[in-house]
Parts: sequence; C-alpha cells; structure tokens
Amino acid sequence: MPRLTLAAITTSLLDPVDLVISEGETVVLHGQSGSGKSLLLRAIADLDDHSGDAMLDDTACSSIPAPLWRRQVGYLTAESCWWSALVGEHFPEQNPELVCRLGLPEEVFDWEVNRLSTGEKQRLGIARLLANRPDALLLDEPTANLDPEHTNKAEKVIKDYQAQQQCPVLWVSHSPEQRRRIADRVFRIEGRQLLQEPA
Amino acid sequence: MTLISLTITDLLIAASLVLLVALLSWRLYLGSAKQLLIAATRSAIQLMLLGYVLHLLFESDSLPLIAALSLFMLSVAGYEVMARQKESFRGAWGYGIGAVSMFISAFSITLLTLLVIIQPDPWYKPQYAIPLLGMLLGNTMTGIAIGLDNLTRNARELRDQIEERLILGQTWSQAIGDIRKDALRSGLIPIINAMAAAGVVSLPGMMTGQILAGSPPYEAAKYQLMIMYLITAGTGFGSLAAVWLGSRHLFDARHRLRLERLKKR
Repeated sequence: MPRLTLAAITTSLLDPVDLVISEGETVVLHGQSGSGKSLLLRAIADLDDHSGDAMLDDTACSSIPAPLWRRQVGYLTAESCWWSALVGEHFPEQNPELVCRLGLPEEVFDWEVNRLSTGEKQRLGIARLLANRPDALLLDEPTANLDPEHTNKAEKVIKDYQAQQQCPVLWVSHSPEQRRRIADRVFRIEGRQLLQEPA
Repeated sequence: MTLISLTITDLLIAASLVLLVALLSWRLYLGSAKQLLIAATRSAIQLMLLGYVLHLLFESDSLPLIAALSLFMLSVAGYEVMARQKESFRGAWGYGIGAVSMFISAFSITLLTLLVIIQPDPWYKPQYAIPLLGMLLGNTMTGIAIGLDNLTRNARELRDQIEERLILGQTWSQAIGDIRKDALRSGLIPIINAMAAAGVVSLPGMMTGQILAGSPPYEAAKYQLMIMYLITAGTGFGSLAAVWLGSRHLFDARHRLRLERLKKR
C-alpha cells in the first residue's frame, strides 16, 4: 500500500508543509484550536484552494479527478454530517460486522439520522469512511466525543484497518494518552510551523 | 360582434369605485387609502404610456424598433431576476445567468411561435410579437428567479452536507443533486398550478381579454392553451438552464464548493 507525500502544501495559516507518511505509519498532529490543523487536512483532501501538492505513491492529487482523490485519502471531519433521512442511505455498502465492532447494533442502518447522538454519529462517520476503502486516512479528532470504552473500540477499528491495508494515517488528537497509544511520530503546530516532538 | 370602445366616462366610473373604497377606508380609520390611490394613479400612467408606445410601434412595423423594445424587455427581466434573489452570483454571472436563460427560453420560443405556429405577415408583426414575448418573459422570469433563489439559499444553508458528500468522493453534480432537484421543482410549481386551475378556477387573463375583444370563446381557448404550453416550455427550459448553470458555477474544476462566488444583497 502507498505512502502519502505532502509537497509544500500551503494553507493560509501554515508555511509550506513537507512531510512523508510511510505505509502503515501513524503521524499525529496537535495544536491549539484555530492553529490550522483542519485547514491542512482540507487542503490535502483538495477541498480548498491551495498551493503545493499531495501524492499517494507517485500519483499526484492534481493529476487525477478530485472525487477519485478524495475517495483514496479518506478524510474524516471533526463533526460528521448526514444528508439523507436514514443512516443506511449514506453507505455504499452496509457492513454489519464493522458497526458491531464500533459498539453499534446491526439495525443501525435503519435508524433515523436525526435520532442519533453525537457519539453515535462520530462512530458511524468512521464506519462510513472505511466503507469507501480509502488508501490513506486523514482523521480530525475521530474520538473527541466518545467515552473511554468506545474510544478504545474506535481506535482498534481504525488500527485494524490500517494494519490490514498498510495505509498511512494522519491523525489529529488532543489527548496525550491517545497520542502515546497510537503515534509513530508526533507533530505540534507552533506559529506557522510543524514541529516534531521527541518520541 | 365588434369591440366596444371604452370612453373616458367609462374609465371614470370604474375609477370612482376605487375612490369610493379609499374614501370609506379613510372615514373608518382603516388606513391603506393613500397607497390605494397612489397605486391606482401609477397604473393609469404606466398603462396609458404602454398603450401609446405600442400604438407607435404597431403603426411603424419597423423590425429594428421591435428588436430594440424586445432587448429592452429582456434586459429589464434579467435585472429583475437578479434583484429578486437574496444571494446572487458575483460579477457578470449575477446578471448573466438569468439573462442567458431567458434568452434561450423565452426569446427562442417566441421566435419559434412566430415563424412556425402563428406565422403572421410579416413574421415580426408587433401585435403578435410583443405581447407573446411579454407573456413568456414575465412567466419565465418568475420561474428562473424562484429556482435560482432556492438553489443559492439551500446551497448556503446545507453547505456542510454538500461538502461531506464531496469529501466522501461524490462529484459536484451528485453532491448538489437533491438541492438542484428541489430548486427546479420550486421554479416549475407556479406554472403547473396555473395549468391545473385554468378554466376550472380561473379564467386566464389572455382568454378573458380575447373574449372581451370579441373573439369566439372556442378560438380564445385554443390561443390560451397554446400560450400556456409555450409558457410552460419557456419556464421549463429557462429554469433548467438557470439551475444547471447556477449549480455548476457553485463549484470549480476540482469539485470544490465555492460559496464566495455568491454575494448577499
């Protein structure tokens, strides 16, 4: 599976970012809110105008259609959003086994979206993202609204997927404990720079 | 049956009824008297002026003059479409979308009607061309304005949903599909309703006019039916074009939602 290369990706809040995330590697990013973490993820997913380019192996984002690129880089927003009435209508294919591992019942696909709690939405967001079978993961605080038990479940689901696909992961996390559990490398946003923290 | 010409006295009788309503509401402290009188005066001036302009035009039968009036009507309609939206596109697009959509719908349908269906001599005979264009423009304008307003308002309101769909790999067209469908429907609803009620609830204005002018009701009904179909086609093509162009312009080539291309009015 591929490695993710950021080549001078520039957003309004950060100086050009050069970073290579190898296959199966987890890079964790943290920094104050408003420091530009989400903007960086959005730029990698090509949702905002930006300079620089991102690459999965040798395939540059700018060289393929944007929808195809976005399916491959798997961006999970901090707050998942749902556009249809029923949960199941948002899934290209329904994977009951996956939602069970996230602590949700099989019938969740028949549930109404506006009855979901914040935590349920967050876990379903993870399931929906993985159903696309992305080649990399860009995760914006995927467990921010979860209790410790569900945080563990969600982490395990993500880690299992990563191990199975050997995909590079860029993970935004505010929790120091979580960073210790999951990170291969940790970066902190300081001003306009990404600074690597000692292991 | 010939046309009974209205005299000044006839108009004054009708006007005195309006005056009576105004007087009554003033005496009973119910308000609205002033607005009523202003509106009545305005309509008198505007319609007399229009009658005079059309009279001159009908006398002359001059193609350049008719073309000029048509373009004037189109440009006013284009402006109206823009003015009726809470948010319109920045720059030339704001005016262009409405004007282009009306040009390809109302204008071309009027031409088709004159050249193929009615075939007056000459084909641009103003007695036919101007009222036809006016009716088509007036109706397509409403459809396009409602459709575009619906599109831009919902795109702003549901921007998170649109972006989530883009993030999950949908194309711009899929991501805005539901909103676009809604916008088109809202643009078409007035004319669908008008067709459904025609002849049962309402006697459409054009048919009424023709009957008063002495046409046999059956002939008037045929004309009205043709006009309704033309208006429906015009509104349909116009709304389709406007909603499609508008939704396309909300995204760039990289399928990114570009709401900054809209400006609040």
